[in-house]
Amino acid sequence: MRVLDVAGLAHVYPDGHQALYGVDLHVDSGERVALLGPNGAGKTTLVLHLNGILLPAAGSVTVSGMPVTKPNLQEVRRRVGIVFQDPDDQLFMPTVRDDVAFGPRNLGVRGAELDRRVLEALDQVGMVEYVDRPPHHLSFGQRRRVAVATVLAMRPEILVLDEPSSNLDPASRRELADILRSLDVTVLMVTHDLPYALELCPRSVVLSGGVMVADGPTRALLTDEELMRAHRLELPFGFDPRNVPVPEGG
Amino acid sequence: MGAGHGHRLHYHGHSPVHRAEPHHKLLALVGFVLLVVATPGDAYPFFAGYLAVLAAVVARSGVPPSYLLKRTVVELPFVVFALIVPFVSRGPQTEVWGVTVSEPGLVAAGALLMKGTLGVLASLLLAATTEPHDVVRGLERLRMPAPLVQILSFMVRYLDVVGDEMGRMRTALASRGFTARNPRHWPVIARSAGALFIRSYERGERVHLAMLSRGHAPGERA
Ligand SMILES: Nc1ncnc2c1ncn2[C@@H]1O[C@H](COP(=O)(O)OP(=O)(O)OP(=O)(O)O)[C@@H](O)[C@H]1O
Ligand SMILES: [Mg+2]
Repeated sequence: MRVLDVAGLAHVYPDGHQALYGVDLHVDSGERVALLGPNGAGKTTLVLHLNGILLPAAGSVTVSGMPVTKPNLQEVRRRVGIVFQDPDDQLFMPTVRDDVAFGPRNLGVRGAELDRRVLEALDQVGMVEYVDRPPHHLSFGQRRRVAVATVLAMRPEILVLDEPSSNLDPASRRELADILRSLDVTVLMVTHDLPYALELCPRSVVLSGGVMVADGPTRALLTDEELMRAHRLELPFGFDPRNVPVPEGG
Repeated sequence: MGAGHGHRLHYHGHSPVHRAEPHHKLLALVGFVLLVVATPGDAYPFFAGYLAVLAAVVARSGVPPSYLLKRTVVELPFVVFALIVPFVSRGPQTEVWGVTVSEPGLVAAGALLMKGTLGVLASLLLAATTEPHDVVRGLERLRMPAPLVQILSFMVRYLDVVGDEMGRMRTALASRGFTARNPRHWPVIARSAGALFIRSYERGERVHLAMLSRGHAPGERA
C-alpha cells in the first residue's frame, strides 16, 4: 500500500525564493525512509507539504490515496504526524497530559477514550510517569519523547520526524531509536545524522538543491563516495558504513 | 527583568491554602479584591481588618511574608503614580514636611496605595500557593469561555519560553561584556528587547504550525 505519493512537487516561497523544483517521492506502508540532504536543500519545505501546511505551486501530494488539498486537510493531518525539530515549538500546553490530548481532542476524541490514548502514547515513549508535569520542566530528551507522543496519540499512518536525533545525548539518541523501531508505523525521517539513518532506515532518499538526486538502500547511498561529495554529505570521522551490521528489514 | 516568570512566583508547600481547590481560591481572591476596591478610601479600620485577614491566610499558607513582600515590586509603577497624585490634584492644599500638596489628592493616593497593596498581596499569595496551570484549570471550572482558557494556558506556557529566551539572551550579552548597570550599554537593552520580541513572535508562528499539524482548526468548532 502506498502511504505517501509526492509527484512533481514545486514550491516557491512568498518572497520569490524557489525551494523545490519538481520533487518525486513515494513511501509504502511499513517502510522507514531517511530523507537526507545538505542544509537548505528543501527538506523542511518538503515536510511542510506532507500535511498541507504549505501548498504546492505545482505538482501534488497524496496520502493513502487522498490528495492534500484544502477540503481534506483535517483528515490528512490525522494521517500524517509531524514531529518538529524543536520540541518547544511542538509542546504548548501547561501539562504533558493536556499536550498529548490536544491532537486527539481536535479529532473529536473525548472522555475515557481520550485518557486511554494519552496514556498509551506516553507509554510508547516511556513517559507515563511525567503525565502531570509541565513540559517545560522536562529535559530536552524527555521533551523530544513527549513531542513524539503528541503525534502518536493521533494514530497517524505515517510519522514524519524533522531531525529527531539533534541535540540528544548518545543514550537518549539510542533510546529514541529503540522507540521508533518498536512502533508499528511508517516513518519518514529527515536527518543529518547518517549513522542514525543507516541504523534505522533500510532506504534513503537524497534531496539537494530542491531536487531528488538519489533513492536507494541506505548503505549503498552512504558508500557512494561521488554522490556523497557532490551533495555535501559527510560521514562522521572514522565511521565506515561497510563495517556496520544492519538488522535486515529494519 | 525576571518578573512575570510563572513558576518563580510559586512557593512550594503543602498547606491547606496550597491544597484548596483552585477555583475556590480564585473566587476568594476576586471577592476579596472587589471588597477592597468597594471600600471607601478613608475607612481605615476596614483596611486594617482586611490586612489582618490576609496576614492570617499568609501565616496559614506557610509562605514567608518576606517572599511576598519582595515580589510586591510589581506594584512600583502604581506607587510612583500614587506619589504624583497629591502634587497634581486640585482642591484644598495642606502641608506635609514643608511641601504643599492637595488634600483630596493625598487621601486618594493613600487609598490607591492601600487598595493596590492589598490586591497585589492577595494575588501574589494565590500565585505562590497555586501552580499556574491550576489557576487556568480553576478558571475553566468557573466556566470561563474555552477559547479564553486556551489563550491563557498558552500564555502561561509561553511566559516560560519567553522567560527562558530572555535568560539565554542575557547570558549571551553578559558573556560578551555587557553590563546592565553601565548606562552606555542601555541602547543594547532596547535592541535586544526588539530581538526578543521577534524571536518570541517567530516561535509563536512555529507553534501555530504545530497546532495546525495536530488538527487544530480555528473557527471550525466551538
Ligand atoms: N519562509 C521562507 N521564505 C523564503 N525562503 C525560505 C523560507 N524557508 C526556507 N526558505 C529557503 O528555502 C530553501 C530550503 O529551506 P529548508 O528549510 O527547506 O531547508 P532544509 O533542507 O530543511 O535545511 P536544513 O538542513 O538547514 O534544515 C533554503 O534556501 C531557504 O533559505
Ligand atoms: Mg530543515
